[in-house]
Amino acid sequence: MNGAADLHTLTGAYAAHALEDEERESFERHLSACESCAQEVRELRATTARLGLAASVAPRPAMKDEVLRRIAAVRQVPPAERGPDGPPPKQRPRRLAQWALAACVAAAAALGGTAVWQYGQTQAARDQARQAEQQSQELAALLAAPDARTRAAKLSDGAGGAVVVAESRDRAAFVATGMAKPPAGKVYQLWFSDDGVMRPAGLMDPGRSTQTVLMEGPLDGAAGMGITLEPAGGSARPTTAPVAVVNFPA
Amino acid sequence: MSDAVRIGTRATPPPDLQELIARVARGDEGAFAGVYDAVIGPVLGVVRAVLRDHAQSEEVAQEVLVEVWRTAPRYRQDRGSAMNWVLTLAHRRAVDRVRSVEASTAREKKAALLEQMPEFDDVSEQVESRLEREQVKRCLRALTEIQRQSVTLAYYQGLTYRQVAELLSLPLGTVKTRLRDGLIRLRDCLGVSA
Repeated sequence: MNGAADLHTLTGAYAAHALEDEERESFERHLSACESCAQEVRELRATTARLGLAASVAPRPAMKDEVLRRIAAVRQVPPAERGPDGPPPKQRPRRLAQWALAACVAAAAALGGTAVWQYGQTQAARDQARQAEQQSQELAALLAAPDARTRAAKLSDGAGGAVVVAESRDRAAFVATGMAKPPAGKVYQLWFSDDGVMRPAGLMDPGRSTQTVLMEGPLDGAAGMGITLEPAGGSARPTTAPVAVVNFPA
Repeated sequence: MSDAVRIGTRATPPPDLQELIARVARGDEGAFAGVYDAVIGPVLGVVRAVLRDHAQSEEVAQEVLVEVWRTAPRYRQDRGSAMNWVLTLAHRRAVDRVRSVEASTAREKKAALLEQMPEFDDVSEQVESRLEREQVKRCLRALTEIQRQSVTLAYYQGLTYRQVAELLSLPLGTVKTRLRDGLIRLRDCLGVSA
């Protein structure tokens, strides 16, 4: 496995979006704990932006009206919520309709792309989702969203899982399958990963090895999510190495 | 493209992009028109460099602009300039698109890829973007051959560094480090700070 120094040299490839998913995930784990790497990534991203500026081309003039028409129909995301101390979103329990699941699975199958799909894990995600009847209306809406996409996740202890992301809802959910119970006094915490910076996204129920959790807070353009083991009640920042880091499906 | 009819001189400087984005974040569609003007050229340029297909590039560039509108309330200045944010988004979208359709055929395009530097668009109307382009070209020329190829194949062609290594028949580690030290040299040559 790569050492830290070796990982550090991936800043360039990461800034240029030239890493494959798996390596990007492991680099993002490294990034969240390496401020000098994060700073270098910011600088190299600013550098690649200059390469982008230099490639500037003149658009077809009519495009502007087309885009302005399109945005008139697109609702903006609300501003980011402040920190981990804000109140958790209200959740109204509601039964998850079967059609919502069907829509979720159909949309995911249509959009997921064969490369990131493994049928067994999809099936597991669907089975888990089916058990999520007590989850909130938001979760149902997320799973039913026409743009909902699913990505299988492997946890470090061998357990399975899946993330479901719907940009139109600006939300994500995590489906855990057979996760090991956390040690006493500990809890699994979910995080959104913004370019390797972890943002708290709620806690999992320590009493259940299989569960579907609506991640707290908006996607906010997050590139992926992570899970860490934290003291009960959760932490403001990850204090342990992630048990999983998953990039959201593109 | 020959019918681009923008005026090259400006009586007053354009509003600052950060400020425009801040107004867009409050739902100001008028400000979004200003953002569009400021970013569409580079966005389309980045996307087209990677995707090459004009129709697809327009489609993805439009998606990027819609995404800028949609997520402007979450843009955070402390993570970098607004232009960096927009162009990172554009590049990521383009790369995702190109990998989803042609990752497996990249090798067949070896010859085409190797000779293809982005077509820097010299009909550009603005002096400032011509200067920008000249500076980037000059700094790219200052790189070693391998640095330059690594950077341009990864950024402008949207290849992973593994694909770059295959194309150039170089060890992975070499491409990885050349990509990094190439970008660092570019950063210094361009005077980038972040």
